[in-house]
Amino acid sequence: MHDEFRTLEATAESAGGAAPMPALRVAPSPHIADPSLTTARMMIDVLIGLAPVIAMSVWVFRWYAVLQIVIATLSCLAAEALATSMRRRALTLGDFSAAVTGVILGLSLPWSAPWYVGVIAGFIAIGLGKAVFGGLGYNVFNPAMVGRAFVMIAFPGALGAAAYQAQGVALHVVTEATPLTLAKQSAIATDWWPLFLGTVNGSLGETSALACLLGGLWLCLRRTASWEIPASIVGTVAVLAGIGQLVRPDSPMTLAHHLLGGALLFGAFFIATDPVTSPLTFRGKVVFGIGIGVLVWLIRTFSGYPEGVMFAVLVMNAVTPLLNRWVYPDPLGGPAPAPKS
Amino acid sequence: MASLDQPTALERFINGILPENPVYRQLLGMCPTLAVTNSMQAAMTMAGATAFVLISANTITSLIRNVLKPHLRILVFTLTIATFVTIADRFLAAYMYEMSKQLGPYVPLIIVNCVIVGRCEVCGSRQPVHVAFSDGVGQSIGFALALASIASVRELLGSGTWFGLPVLPASWPAWVIMLLPPGAFLTLGALMGVVNWYQARRAATAK
Repeated sequence: MHDEFRTLEATAESAGGAAPMPALRVAPSPHIADPSLTTARMMIDVLIGLAPVIAMSVWVFRWYAVLQIVIATLSCLAAEALATSMRRRALTLGDFSAAVTGVILGLSLPWSAPWYVGVIAGFIAIGLGKAVFGGLGYNVFNPAMVGRAFVMIAFPGALGAAAYQAQGVALHVVTEATPLTLAKQSAIATDWWPLFLGTVNGSLGETSALACLLGGLWLCLRRTASWEIPASIVGTVAVLAGIGQLVRPDSPMTLAHHLLGGALLFGAFFIATDPVTSPLTFRGKVVFGIGIGVLVWLIRTFSGYPEGVMFAVLVMNAVTPLLNRWVYPDPLGGPAPAPKS
Repeated sequence: MASLDQPTALERFINGILPENPVYRQLLGMCPTLAVTNSMQAAMTMAGATAFVLISANTITSLIRNVLKPHLRILVFTLTIATFVTIADRFLAAYMYEMSKQLGPYVPLIIVNCVIVGRCEVCGSRQPVHVAFSDGVGQSIGFALALASIASVRELLGSGTWFGLPVLPASWPAWVIMLLPPGAFLTLGALMGVVNWYQARRAATAK
């Protein structure tokens, strides 16, 4: 906006010749914009919010976590550079959006994923998830989740539930299956304290509810993430899981497991809140969050997959343009009058 | 019958291969393009069966073009095509039983392949036999090339093989998604982008 003003002034001055005319600015509100509200600032906020999650995953999974995050991030940055240079655009690595995609993608992978999984997922995330739609701001689906969904279907052996578990590795947590797989297949309930702290098996970034809450609250306080989305996701899952626990008190998937286990908090705070692929208005965000919550609970409870945050976010991403149209807010001064025929 | 501005036999032949490629330029025949391209063998069998039906039906339509009634022409096209599809289907079932089972309903579905009805309508019912024949051959080659390009990508990435022969090292991680329907859509989209880019570049340099 500021740049437009400047060009307007410049043309007005050059047209005025010797006696410069005052530039008359005509523009719709808002007239006071925060110049610090840039893409780069938001993305750096997300990276700061991800810091506790990264720290926790490195503490739990050691070098495996570092390796996955570095591979996925470098791959996303390389793909972004390639995509922008193919389109002959200015390099957009400086807005950190590709770095955020890469870090979130790396954190969503299992510790045991082979190196090529991160590389392919990164290129698919940026290339297919973002660049083909026209770059940042035009993508329909969350790029990191597009990349993860692709490799999950392409390499079921490397990303399925069995890939998380291994013996003979120097990590204690990976000798057991992930909490959701344990609950689903063996009906074993994990204690809620390790689940909250994060010393359990799982995808790198999802294990620690505490770290996700810390980073997520920072994002919401900075208003980089809209609080409505995580609140409605977590609230919906809490209500549904609470009803489920009342109906079947003997089930190993209790309310605490639904809320603290799996990728629910990580997805709610860091993945679903992507401002490009989530609705714009308050009502839209609430419907979006409720939709994700219902889908997560349905997939976890009734499908063959132990976890469903990725698919839930992708499905609701697809509905987002529809939601934006459905919850179109009334403009200032009441709704536009119907055209007279 | 052929008016002066109709393309000649040679032009029809060349147009079918790339400038009017049935898959990449006309976007016709998407059903077999997406469904049977997860291996080269299946794709080439499908291309062969389609070529037989396309060339035969185009030629027959051209032979009877002077007795065609305008309001019944699509019906006559479909019956002609269905005859040759039945021949191709029974031939495959008799001599290539495994492949016939693998292709399943997609061989009978050649009847409704828009490439063939489209060529009968555009070329067969308007131009003499030799033009219709070369048009059928050109379009068949274009269709086969399109299927081969998609099937090569999908089979190489999905199984590491080409025509069932191992090409990539055994340690190649098979991209299962490329053998599944999403892989067909992704490959078709990517290759169509490449073809469009190539055409745009050629048009730019021709100026």
